[in-house]
Amino acid sequence: MAFIDYYKTLGITKNATENEIKRAYRRLARKYHPDLNPNSKEAERQFKLINEANEVLSNPENRKKYDQYGKDWKHADQFENAKQQQSQYQHRSSQQGGFGGFDAGDYSDFFSSMFGNAGENRGRSTKFKGQDYNAELNLNLEDVYKTHKRTLTVNGKNIRLTIPAGVKNGQIIKIAGHGGQGVNGGPKGDLFIEFTIPTHSMFRRDGDNLFVTVDLDLYTALLGGELVVNTMEGKVKLKVKPETQNGTKVKLKGKGFPVYKKEGHFGDLIVTYNIVNPTHLTEQEKSLFEQLAKLR
Amino acid sequence: MTTKDLIHVNQLCESYQVEVSFFNELHEFGLIEIIQEEQNLFVPQEKIEDVEKMIRMHQELHINLEGIDAVFNLLSQMEELKSELNQVRNRLRLYELE
Repeated sequence: MAFIDYYKTLGITKNATENEIKRAYRRLARKYHPDLNPNSKEAERQFKLINEANEVLSNPENRKKYDQYGKDWKHADQFENAKQQQSQYQHRSSQQGGFGGFDAGDYSDFFSSMFGNAGENRGRSTKFKGQDYNAELNLNLEDVYKTHKRTLTVNGKNIRLTIPAGVKNGQIIKIAGHGGQGVNGGPKGDLFIEFTIPTHSMFRRDGDNLFVTVDLDLYTALLGGELVVNTMEGKVKLKVKPETQNGTKVKLKGKGFPVYKKEGHFGDLIVTYNIVNPTHLTEQEKSLFEQLAKLR
Repeated sequence: MTTKDLIHVNQLCESYQVEVSFFNELHEFGLIEIIQEEQNLFVPQEKIEDVEKMIRMHQELHINLEGIDAVFNLLSQMEELKSELNQVRNRLRLYELE
């Protein structure tokens, strides 16, 4: 538990007037308010900190106590004394002009040890939606090829999710009502899950299309033939045209990735040929290649 | 026939402790849709999240309605840019080394 310099947090001096505190707080609140910084964990952290600083400094009693004991918070006796006064603060700090949707879990250990849960019962009776939670889920490309169910543990609660086929890397889905408790009987917040899908697959993905590079031997490339390639749903046989050039792309329609929330719709698989020249040529092979070269 | 879930404006006023005039102003600014059924005013349920944001911006950050309008436009542009950035990032992954 580290000492928090609330004056520094609000960017004001120790001699700041009430008006200066208010101004500094409002300015920073506009900068870090979660509504203006959606999905920003850093802004959320800053916002909680400035709320906490305001909670302390805008209340003359809290400010006095903070100024008196703040830096010496390690002195247990003083803290014991402070804790005894906690119940008084719970009633007094109800109209500090702070923001709704701010609950006890939003305060630092430092704040809680000095002021208890002073901010918990601030006097808003307005109903507001609870805090939104954010979570990350790592999945493989193969995992998101098919719709599947998965159980996640968020804040100690198990949530059974259906993950639709075709979710994309970086995509965020909302699970309504699985966030924090509402304020004053307001609805629960939502849970936002961001999917991370690493590129550890033989396939590369761009939207609903998949890309794969396959090796093709020189002779099949020159004379044509057949080649077996992997798709997400098993192997398929491809006809290779004679005189196929290195880097040639072939599109396999409907063999790509499922389109998100469009059952039965698939992107394409784009196969790129990488022609592999023979190595360790025998004398006879060299001679034959020389003959071929002379014919050109 | 499509159905729409609606919330009575009076209920919202009670929950959020704001005047009906606030909702009317939001409507006049084109920030929310208000549906009138006989003498009753309703807000579509799917817009409640936005309405809450607007109330918070107004009450907590003292942003006026012009400001809320500007903020919502910028947030919507930010969302589009984020989605575009994600698409570009995913496309770049095609060229990452194995």
